[in-house]
Amino acid sequence: MRNVLPILTVVAAIFVLWYGATVALNAPWAKDKAARAGVELTFSELVTDTWSQKKPKLPAPHQVGAEIWKTTGAMVLSGRGFSKRSLIYHSWVTFSATALGFVLGTILGSLLAIGIVYNRTMDMSVMPWVIASQTIPIIAIAPMIIVVLNAVGISGLLPKAMISMYLSFFPVVVGMVKGLRSPSAMQLDQVRTWNAGPAQTFWCLRLPSSMPYLFTSLKIGIAASLVGAIVGELPTGAVAGLGARLLAGSYYGQTIQIWSALLTAAALAALMVGLIGVVQRHTLRRMGIA
Amino acid sequence: MVNQLQETSGNLLEAGRQTIISAQNLSLTFQTNDGPIHALKDVSLDVHKGEFVSFIGPSGCGKTTFLRVMADLETQTAGTITVNGVSPAEARRARAYGYVFQAAGLYPWRTIGGNIRLPLEIMGYTKADQDVRVAKVLKLVELGEFEKKFPWQLSGGMQQRASIARALAFDADILLMDEPFGALDEIVRDHLNEQLLHLWASTQKTICFVTHSIPEAVYLSTKIVVMSPRPGRIADVIDSPLPRTRPLDIRDTPEFIEIAHRVRDGLRAGHDDD
Repeated sequence: MRNVLPILTVVAAIFVLWYGATVALNAPWAKDKAARAGVELTFSELVTDTWSQKKPKLPAPHQVGAEIWKTTGAMVLSGRGFSKRSLIYHSWVTFSATALGFVLGTILGSLLAIGIVYNRTMDMSVMPWVIASQTIPIIAIAPMIIVVLNAVGISGLLPKAMISMYLSFFPVVVGMVKGLRSPSAMQLDQVRTWNAGPAQTFWCLRLPSSMPYLFTSLKIGIAASLVGAIVGELPTGAVAGLGARLLAGSYYGQTIQIWSALLTAAALAALMVGLIGVVQRHTLRRMGIA
Repeated sequence: MVNQLQETSGNLLEAGRQTIISAQNLSLTFQTNDGPIHALKDVSLDVHKGEFVSFIGPSGCGKTTFLRVMADLETQTAGTITVNGVSPAEARRARAYGYVFQAAGLYPWRTIGGNIRLPLEIMGYTKADQDVRVAKVLKLVELGEFEKKFPWQLSGGMQQRASIARALAFDADILLMDEPFGALDEIVRDHLNEQLLHLWASTQKTICFVTHSIPEAVYLSTKIVVMSPRPGRIADVIDSPLPRTRPLDIRDTPEFIEIAHRVRDGLRAGHDDD
């Protein structure tokens, strides 16, 4: 209960700022309309107008909320929860690419980390490439990945998932290398006195020790994965997914649609990170580490 | 000169007993940016079967390094050493010794039983054999009812007992212990020392024990190796005349106090050098 008050305070502050910014940003258009109609706006009329424009520069929170409700809850109630106009449908499309990319990225990242920890050549050579891969703007490389994969006959979910993987493997590599190296010199000496092989040391000591690091990486990785999936939808003219909604919204100046897609993406990210957090707490508590 | 005399007399006393660990002119030099550090220099020592040998000396005297060379955790730069008649590396591969570190080093994600089972799993003992051995060593260190508990549910002393049980669980005749009770308080330490002597008597192991504490070394050992630093070397080897069965109050007898005195003299002589 003690945690609720600070959170509510921050949320309230955001709303105040948001409504204030809405008035400031949308006021010129409201005044313009009034001038052309030859009427003088009172302050309250101005505020009402800035909060209810059809294509505002910045939509007010209640407009975004209404749009989100219209495209989620209301559609569920009318039995069209999964129609192509529903945000639930678009979220699902983006989520499936995110989840697949995240799984692939976690596998790739873990394999690279194992290679780096166990192989001296990889230790010396792989990390600079991994870092270099992340300095390339994803928005530049995403269309090429899609085009190249399309050329070899791969389309649909997988190209988007590849872009997600490209972003999400990085935190996993960094975290897992650190985690797999986290056993102390004493712990490593200890398994050496038992003459344990590399595989035994990995399964009994290194992998369990890396769990706290892995989960931290996974949280960053899944958020990056979502960004990857959305970016993968942007330049390709995808017809479905939160990225497609963002793109369509910006084509037609539908700012309310853009913001509702953005907020839905944020909620989706929070949900996924929260889910990993639950698994993390449960696992680490059972392991006696947390 | 005195050392040589003592070594000779010691060797005569122990003639005919099987040598478990034998070091000849052992040296180990670490190369560091500040120049070479002579952790061990010309160390020669024989440890016989069933002995309890303590290594005592100030920090930097090489006592832990010596133990680590026996365990193949370090390699000497000169001289020879055999463990069970073979090189330390071969002895380690044959799982000839159990090693107890200063910290218990139990895995938090395994129960006490699971921790003791770990080396047995690694060494490929059958499941049934593992069960028997875990139960046996837990009883030996008086932790029988704690098999299903997790390490954080145990006190520091109990955790260290579990780690000793772990080193006893497989068939190693040698027990190497590196200040195992260093982090524990005096009362727990006394109790564990007493238990360790019982263990030693009932298992017939050969024990090498590194310690900072003079009373601990004198109370436990049949042979006390006093070491001095820079370079790390053996200053004195004392064969204890105390009987093998030792109640805690043996520490108030004149014999005990005399040996403790001699150990202290040896330590002081080492310090005068620098």
